[in-house]
Amino acid sequence: MHSLFEEQITREEVAVVRSIEAAQESYPEALSYSPEPAAFELGPDEYLDQVRRIKAAVGVPVVASLNGTTPGGWTRYARLIQDAGADGLELNLYEVAADIYEPGEVVERRALEVVREVRAAVAIPLAAKISPYYSSVASFARRAALAGADALVLFNRFYQPDIDPEALDLRRVVNLSDSSELLLRVRWLALLFGRVPAPLACTGGVHTPVDVVKAVMAGASVVQTASALLRWGPGYLTQLRDGLGRWLDEHGYESARQMRGSMSQARTAAPGVLERANYARILQTWDAT
Amino acid sequence: MPTRPTITLDGNEAVASVAYQLNEVAVIYPITPSSPMAEWCDEWAANGKPNLWGTVPTVAEMQSEGGAAGAVHGALQTGSLGTTFTASQGLLLFIPNMYKIAGELTPGVMHVAARTLATHALSIFCDHSDVMACRQTGWAMLCSNGVQEVHDLAAVPQLVTLRTRVPVLHFFDGFRTSHEVAKITPLSDDDLRALTDEEAIAAHRNRALTPDRPVLRGTAQNPDVFFQAREACNRFYDAVPGVVREGFDRFAAVTGRHYKLVEYHGDPAAERVVVLMGSAVETAREAVAALTAAGEKVGVLAVRLYRPFPAADFVAALPPTVKAVAVLDRTKEPGAVGEPLYLDVVAALREAFDADTPPLAAMPRVVGGRYGLSSKEFTPATVKAVLVELSKPRPKNHFTVGIVDDVTHTSLPYDPDWETEPAGVVRALFFGLGADGTVGANKNSIKIIGEGTDFFAQGYFVYDSKKSGSTTVSHLRFGPAPIRSQYLIRTADFVACHQFPFLEKMEIVERCRPGGTFLLNAPYGPDEAWDRLPVEVQEQVIAKKLRFFVIDAARVAKATGMGGRINTVMQTCFFAVSGVLPRDEAVAQIKKSIQKTYAKKGEEVVRRNFAAVDDTLANLHGVPVPAATTSKLHKQPDIPENAPEFVKRVTAVMMAGRGDLLPVSAFPVDGTWPLATTKWEKRRIAAEVPVWDPKVCIQCNKCAFVCPHATIRAKVYDPAHLAGAPDGFQSTAFKAADFKGWDYTIQVAPEDCTGCNLCVEVCPAKDKANPRHKAINMTPLADVLGRERANWDFFLNLPDPPRDRLRHAEVKGSQFLLPMFEFSGACGGCGGTPYLKLLSQLFGDRLLIANATGCSSIFGGNLPTTPWAVDAAGRGPAWANSLFEDNAEFGYGFRLSLDQLGEQARALVRELGGRLGDELAGGLLDAGQSTEAGIEAQRARVRALRERLAGDESPAARRLVLLADHLAKKSVWLVGGDGWAYDIGFGGLDHVLSQTRKVNVLVLDTEVYSNTGGQASKSTPLAAAAKFAAAGKAVHKKDLGLIAMSYGHVYVASVAFGAKDAHTAQALAEAESYDGPSLVIAYSHCVAHGYDLRLGADQQRLAVASGVWPLYRYDPRRVARGEPPLVIDVPPGKAGVAEYMRKETRFRMVERQDPGRFWQLAAAAADHAARRVALYDQMSHIVLPKPTPAASPVTVEANGAAKEAGA
Repeated sequence: MHSLFEEQITREEVAVVRSIEAAQESYPEALSYSPEPAAFELGPDEYLDQVRRIKAAVGVPVVASLNGTTPGGWTRYARLIQDAGADGLELNLYEVAADIYEPGEVVERRALEVVREVRAAVAIPLAAKISPYYSSVASFARRAALAGADALVLFNRFYQPDIDPEALDLRRVVNLSDSSELLLRVRWLALLFGRVPAPLACTGGVHTPVDVVKAVMAGASVVQTASALLRWGPGYLTQLRDGLGRWLDEHGYESARQMRGSMSQARTAAPGVLERANYARILQTWDAT
Repeated sequence: MPTRPTITLDGNEAVASVAYQLNEVAVIYPITPSSPMAEWCDEWAANGKPNLWGTVPTVAEMQSEGGAAGAVHGALQTGSLGTTFTASQGLLLFIPNMYKIAGELTPGVMHVAARTLATHALSIFCDHSDVMACRQTGWAMLCSNGVQEVHDLAAVPQLVTLRTRVPVLHFFDGFRTSHEVAKITPLSDDDLRALTDEEAIAAHRNRALTPDRPVLRGTAQNPDVFFQAREACNRFYDAVPGVVREGFDRFAAVTGRHYKLVEYHGDPAAERVVVLMGSAVETAREAVAALTAAGEKVGVLAVRLYRPFPAADFVAALPPTVKAVAVLDRTKEPGAVGEPLYLDVVAALREAFDADTPPLAAMPRVVGGRYGLSSKEFTPATVKAVLVELSKPRPKNHFTVGIVDDVTHTSLPYDPDWETEPAGVVRALFFGLGADGTVGANKNSIKIIGEGTDFFAQGYFVYDSKKSGSTTVSHLRFGPAPIRSQYLIRTADFVACHQFPFLEKMEIVERCRPGGTFLLNAPYGPDEAWDRLPVEVQEQVIAKKLRFFVIDAARVAKATGMGGRINTVMQTCFFAVSGVLPRDEAVAQIKKSIQKTYAKKGEEVVRRNFAAVDDTLANLHGVPVPAATTSKLHKQPDIPENAPEFVKRVTAVMMAGRGDLLPVSAFPVDGTWPLATTKWEKRRIAAEVPVWDPKVCIQCNKCAFVCPHATIRAKVYDPAHLAGAPDGFQSTAFKAADFKGWDYTIQVAPEDCTGCNLCVEVCPAKDKANPRHKAINMTPLADVLGRERANWDFFLNLPDPPRDRLRHAEVKGSQFLLPMFEFSGACGGCGGTPYLKLLSQLFGDRLLIANATGCSSIFGGNLPTTPWAVDAAGRGPAWANSLFEDNAEFGYGFRLSLDQLGEQARALVRELGGRLGDELAGGLLDAGQSTEAGIEAQRARVRALRERLAGDESPAARRLVLLADHLAKKSVWLVGGDGWAYDIGFGGLDHVLSQTRKVNVLVLDTEVYSNTGGQASKSTPLAAAAKFAAAGKAVHKKDLGLIAMSYGHVYVASVAFGAKDAHTAQALAEAESYDGPSLVIAYSHCVAHGYDLRLGADQQRLAVASGVWPLYRYDPRRVARGEPPLVIDVPPGKAGVAEYMRKETRFRMVERQDPGRFWQLAAAAADHAARRVALYDQMSHIVLPKPTPAASPVTVEANGAAKEAGA
C-alpha cells in the first residue's frame, strides 16, 4: 500500500482547525462559519479503514507503509496499522537531510532508532524502505537489519520539485519512474545480497518482465512496482507475472528462486564491476571501441 | 430535592435543547441573533439525535421567514408538533401566518430572540420592537429574563399551547440572553416528560388535516358570519392565564423552580414600583435589592405572560401600598399615547378601579418610559433614576432613560457611577481581537469554572462592527450566587489586554478597580514592558496600585505551533494570575477541556495546545510597578485635525467607543449620513503591509484590482506634480504609450490595509535574480509606517488622470479610476468587495445602489464609519439599504422614479426649448451619453441650462431647474448576496428581470449566507458543508444565470475576478451599457469557504478551470448581429472538480466526516459541471433569428409607438 504520511496528517489536522477557527468569534452575527460535525474522520482513520477493507477483500498478505516525523508518531501509527489488520509494515524512512549542521551519523541514528522503537511496538513483520543517499548505504542497511528490520526495501524515490521557468515557481510534480532507474537498485541489491542479515526487496524502475529478472538476479526476494501500474492499470500485474513465467520457461529456469542473487557480488563472475571506482574504466572501455 | 447536575451554555442553546426535545418538525431560516437555535437543531438532527419520543425531528431550511411561516403552518395543520426560531425582520415576515395559525387555534410554539426592527437604521441588537409588533396576532406571549429561564420557559409553552390550542410566542432578549453564557440546571428528559400531555397531543393529532377524516379550513366568510365566527375563539383565550399558571405549578413541582404570570420583587410595602419585561427585570431586581437594603420602599414587577395580558394577576401582584408606577417599554411607537406595556398597565388598572371592589386604596400614578433600544445599556443606575423620578410629586411621563435627549427633553438624569455589583462576585474584562481567539477562550474558561466549581458564572461578549481586525471585549462574572447583573461590567477585579496596541487607543486600565490585577500581552520581556506603556497607562497602574503581569503570548504561541492564536496562552495566564482556581487544578482543567474540544479533530492540535499551556507558565512574569511614571509615549488622538466637523463631533466620539455619550441632537433625524468616513478611522490592523518596488513592477495594476479594501492604488500623473514629494516617495516612468512622459506610482495606505496578502499573491512580477522578491512585498508595518503614511497623503493629493482618456473596461485602465468604495470593515481578503470597488471606479459618479441586507450592507453601512466615498467634484455613489427581501424591488423603484423624473425633465426641455435655444435643448434631448465624454458634456449642458434659466420664475422653469440633473445619466445597481438573489429576494429579482427597465444586478455570490455565519443557500454547491447542510449539500446549486437567460432580453454574465480580471471589467461595463436589465453573478470567495483567503484568486482559477464556475456573457444585442447571444469566455481547462473541492474546508469537512459520501458527491459534482459546460457550449453555438426592428421587448417597451409600427 502507499504510505501513511504523519506530516500530511498533522498538517491537515492543524489546517482544518485553523481554517475553521480563524474566522470564529469575531463578529456578532457570525460567531462561526462552519457546521460542527459530531465526528471527524481523521487522517489515519481513512488509511486504517483502507487497510481493513483491502484485508477483507484480498487473500494475499497486506503490507502497509508508514512515514512518520516524530518518534511518537511512528510507533502510534504503527500500532494502529497493526490493529487494523495489516500483515506487515514497511517503514518508509523518507527524510531529506537538508540541515547543514547535522552530520550524517545523527540522521542515520535517528532512522535506526525509529526501526528499533517500531520493532518493539509491533509484532508483525517489519521492512525498512531506505534511500540510496546515506554516505554508507551498505553499513546503514546492515544496521537497519540489526535494529529489527525483517527486510530491506531498496530504494524509496524522493518526490522532486520541478522548476517552472516562465512563472519562476517551483512546481510539485509526481514523476513516474522508468526502467533506467532500476540500475541503481540492481547495483545495491547485488552488493548487499547475502551480506546483510535480511532479505531484500526492489522498488523503483521495475517495469518489464526483464526488469523483474534483473532485480531478482541481483538479489531481490521481492519486487515492487507502482509506476507501471499507475501507467498501465492493475491488469498489468498479470502481464508482468506471465512475462516473467515465459522468460523463466524460455531460459530453462525452474523457478525465480533459482536465479535469486545469481548476479550478486558474491556470485557474479565480475564482482569488481559493481564497485564504485569501476565507473572510469567503463568509460575508457567505451572510448576504446 | 437531590442535587442536579449543572451545565454552562448560552441562551440560544438553552432554548434549542428543549425545543428540539419537544418537537417533530422545525422549520428554520437564519437571522441574527436567533440563528444559533436553528443551527443547534439542524446539527443535532444531522447527528441523528432523537427527541423525547425517540424520533429524530425533521429540520428544514426555507427560502425566507415567510416560507418558514407557511411551512410551520402546514406542519401544524397536519398534526405535527412544530416550532421555529426567529427575530426582528424575520418575525415580521411571520406575521400574516401568525394570524392564520392563531385564528385556526393551532397549537405551536415559536422562540424569538427579540431584536430591534429596522427603521432609520438596521440594528442587530435587542429591543422588543419585533415582538411588540406581534401582540395583536392572537398568539400568547411569554417572556424569559435569563439563560436558566429561557431553558425552563421553553418547556412550559408546549404544555400550554397543546392544552389551550392558543399558539405561544416565547421571547427573550437577543444577545443579552441569547448569547450570554451562563451556568444553569438543565431539564432532564424525565422533567420534560412530566411536562408533556399525551392526551393534548392526541387531540392535536386528531384535529389534523387528513383525507381519512376530511375537513376544510381557510374558508372565505362574508359580513353575515365572519364577526360572530371570529368571536367564537374567546373562551380559549380566557383559559390561557389559568393554564399557564397550572403549567408553572407543575413545573415547580417537577423542578423546584417557581414562576408566575406576573412576579413582584422588593419591599412588600413598596410605594414606588417599576414594571418591565425581559433581562432588564434582573437588573432592576438587583437595583431594587440595593435600594430596599438602604431603606427605600421600592419594588419591581415583572410581566412574564404578556398576551393574553393577565390583568387580574397584574393588579393582584402590586403591593397594596403602591403610590406610583413606572412602566418601562423596550420599544418605541411614535405617535402612540404610550408604548404597549404602559397602555396595557394603564388599562388594567383603570378596569380594576372601575370594578365594584377596587383592589387598592387609591389608583397609583402611572408613567411610562422607554429604555434599552438596540441593546442600549440598562444598568441599576438607570433603574434608580426611574425610581427617583417616581418619588417626585409629578414624575415625568413618556420619559427615556439611558440616553441624553437634549431635543425633546424626555430623558431622566442618572448617576452612572452608582453601582450595585454584589459582593463576592469576581469580575473580569478581556480586551482581544476577533482573530486571536479571546472570546472562545473565555467561553471555555466559563465552562471550566461553571462546571468545575460551585461558582455561578456568566459571560457576555461585545464585538465591534468590523469583520476584519475587530476588537472583542469579554465580560465575565463568577460568584457564589446566581448572577443577575444583566449589564456590562464597568470596573473589574481583573483586566486583561490581549493586544498591546489597544493601550494606545482604548480605555483599558481605566476599567480596573483599585488594587486589581492587570494582565498584558506585550511583545516585550518583563524588563522592557513597563517602559513601553503609554504614560497615561502607567499613571493608572501606579495610582490604582494594580498587580501587573506580562507575557509575550505571540512568542509562546509561535514557539508551540499555535500560529496567531494566543487564546490558550492567555487563558492559562488568566487562571494562573486570577486565582479563581488553584493553579494546578486550573491547568488540569484547561488540558481536559482542550482534550475534549480537539481530540476528535486530531492529536496534533491537542499536543500543540498542551505545549502552549506548559510554556505559558514559564513565560508569565509579574512586573514590579515603579513609584513614578517613566514613559514618554502618549495615547494617540482619535482623529486628525483636518477631519470634517461632523466627523469630529460625532463619528470620532463613536470611534473612541464613547457613542453612548452623544445626545439626541448630535444625530441626523432620518438616518441620513455623510459618505467617505472610513478614511478617518485609521485602524492600523495589519502586522505587515505591501511595499512597492518600482524596479520589478510591470505596471499591470492587478494588485490594485484585487485589493478588497482599496488600500493599494495606482496612479499615472505628470511628473511636474512630484514637487514637494516626501523623501522615500517612489515613482517611475509610465511604460505604456498613452500618457507618454508621465510617471507611475503604486502606493499603499498603511493604516487602512488589512494585510490580507491577496495583492502579493496575484502580483505576476518577480525579481529575476531573486524570485521570492516581487514588485510588492509584505513588510512589517512598524518598519514603514511613518514613511508610507506621508507617501499615502502625498499620493492622494496627486491629480487623478482624466477619466475620458482611460480604457475603463480593462484591468489596467480601470485601476487609474478613483475608487469610491474604500477601507470597508469587510474581512481581510474578502472576495466580494473587489467587485464593489470596481463598480465605484467605473460608474461611481453616477451610481445609485440598492443594497440588500447582508455582508455588503453591513460593511457598506455599519457605523461608526462607512466606505462609500465621493470624488473631487463631490459626486459619488448614493447608497441605501432597505431590507433583505425587497432589494430588487427597492432598486427597481429607483429606476421607475428616475425614468419618470427624467421624462418630466425632457418634456420641460421640449416645452422651454425656446428659452434654452435649439442647440442646447437639442443637445440635452438627443446627445449620447454612452461615453465618459458624453456624460461630462451633458453635465455641462445641465449647468448651462441652469445658467440660462437663472432668475426665470416661471413654474416650468423652476420645475426644470429642480429636475435638470435627471437629464444626465444615472446608473442603478441592485447589489446583494446569494441569500438575497437566490432565496429570499428571488421572487422580486425575477420580476424585475422580467421587466424591461434598465437596472443592473450584481450578485456577490459567496454560495452561502455569509453575514449570518455560513448557512446553506440555494447557491451552495453540491457537496459543500454549510450550516443547515452539515453533511454536505445533496442538491446542485441553482443556475440563476440560466434562469435569467431564459427571458432572452436580460444581459447575463458570470464572472470571477481572480480567474480572469479583464473579463470582470468587460462584463460590468457591458452590463451597464445594455439598455435593459442586466445580471452579473460574481464569484466571491469567502471566509466561510475555509481556507487562507490570500489564495482566493488561485481558487477562483481552479473553479473556472474545473468547469464549476463557467465564465460567460449572454448579450441579447448579439442576436441582432446574427451571433449567438451566449459567449463562453474561458473554456474549462484541465483541473478536476475534486482538485478544486479538496482545497476548501467546506468540501474537505465532508470528506473528513464521510470519505465515501465525499467521493460520491464529488463525482456527482463533476458530472454536473460537465453537463453544464456541455449545455452552455451548445447554447454558445445557437444562432437565433434576427429580431424584426423594434420587436425585442426592450425596444417595444421603450418606444410605445413601436407597438403599432411593429404590427
